[in-house]
Amino acid sequence: MTDDIQINNDGKLRHLLTLDNLSGEVVTEILDCAQNFLSVGDRKTKKLPLLRGRSVFNLFFENSTRTRTTFEIAAKRLSADVVNLNIATSSQSKGESLLDMIDNLVAMQADMFVVRHAQSDAARLIAQHVPKGIHVINAGAGSHSHPTQGLLDAFTIRHFKKDFSRLKVVIIGDILHSRVARSQIHALKALGAKEIRVAGPKSLVPETLADMGVSVYNDVDSAIKDADVVTTLRLQNERMKASLVPSAQEFYEEYGLTKERLGLAHPEAIVMHPGPINRGVEIASDVADGPQSVILRQVTFGIAVRMAVMSLLHD
Amino acid sequence: MLDSKLLTESLISQLREALDPNSLLVGIQSGGAVVMEYLINKFDIDVPFASVDVSFHRDDFEIRGLAKSKKSTSIDSDVDGRHVILVDDVVQSGRTARAAINEIYDFGRPKSVRLAVLMDRGGRELPIEPQFIGGRIDIPTNQKIAVRWSANKDLEVYIV
Repeated sequence: MTDDIQINNDGKLRHLLTLDNLSGEVVTEILDCAQNFLSVGDRKTKKLPLLRGRSVFNLFFENSTRTRTTFEIAAKRLSADVVNLNIATSSQSKGESLLDMIDNLVAMQADMFVVRHAQSDAARLIAQHVPKGIHVINAGAGSHSHPTQGLLDAFTIRHFKKDFSRLKVVIIGDILHSRVARSQIHALKALGAKEIRVAGPKSLVPETLADMGVSVYNDVDSAIKDADVVTTLRLQNERMKASLVPSAQEFYEEYGLTKERLGLAHPEAIVMHPGPINRGVEIASDVADGPQSVILRQVTFGIAVRMAVMSLLHD
Repeated sequence: MLDSKLLTESLISQLREALDPNSLLVGIQSGGAVVMEYLINKFDIDVPFASVDVSFHRDDFEIRGLAKSKKSTSIDSDVDGRHVILVDDVVQSGRTARAAINEIYDFGRPKSVRLAVLMDRGGRELPIEPQFIGGRIDIPTNQKIAVRWSANKDLEVYIV
């Protein structure tokens, strides 16, 4: 499926809804731009005038601390006004439809919507609905996509590993339900990563994932071998409730990223995690806090990447 | 191709008189940074230098979107209290210099800011005037002046 709505006539981003089908050129432009924004955090004045006088509405229909906060910081560093909507207590609970709500916010002169929603097509619906000049960013949609997370993962990898043509990346955990994994895979493919492996129990990492162009492993040890990048994903409690995985303890023993397992990877491999981490479930504490972990760097990079996306959107 | 030797020598002699230990030369990416790099070795004293990319402060962001920049701003010296001399290859509207001043102010409050250019081609749209000028030229608006390194590490100034 082509995604015309997020690309304008000049081939530039109008909205950011998914990384699926986004060209390597567009992804590279975003990452290059983020690189320039990274140093803004070191200035005396950490504010740029690019979005001065614009209103950015954070619409979070699902909880998120990290993503919402970093979007807010990114927008404020670009001088935008930020309005955070607490949807649980808004008129959504009074039965107002999503698009009626958007119409009202447009009437309040919104310029940009940052949308997190359990439904995978919510951001797209909004993008199709809003008038010209208003931009929409998907900040996480169901188990489908989380494009800015995929971009910040790619940015982090590019920061530490320059050569993608030889890069071996492994993603461990609940790949099937993970929007983070999907978006990271799309970003890495756009940038030409050599090998992407996914690993975890059959119930969460089925053979059919090979359709995405990744190698599927159910044995974590062989998946980690010689990897340059090891990404672990948060194991959500819902999966255990649905009996897709055994107990947290058993998951840790079979699939958790321990120091011993990390030892199988390339000695200079980096460890990534989208957060929040469950220590002792998908990752050992000494790995999360260890010298190879770049988990907190991902958070800082996330601000620069979101600044880049916000300032590149154009009609 | 223009006589770059004449232009650079004129500019160097003007700058020599103006430089003191509290000066900071700031080249504007990308042409101005090339000129500054060329100039920096031509003085008797060590002058601290930096470069700025003006993409974040351009006034045509609304129309053209974010400009692509290869090299970002690099200011390692303290800006506070310094006599900044902005260096650019060409001044025309003055908008780039305006954006460069804003960029510098993100790093501190200079004591003064002056502008040095290799070529002044006229056509100002803002109340900004260079204090140091290599030469003046009047060419049609559709033509562009650019600088580059020559094979023997000299500066070449040419019209495209």
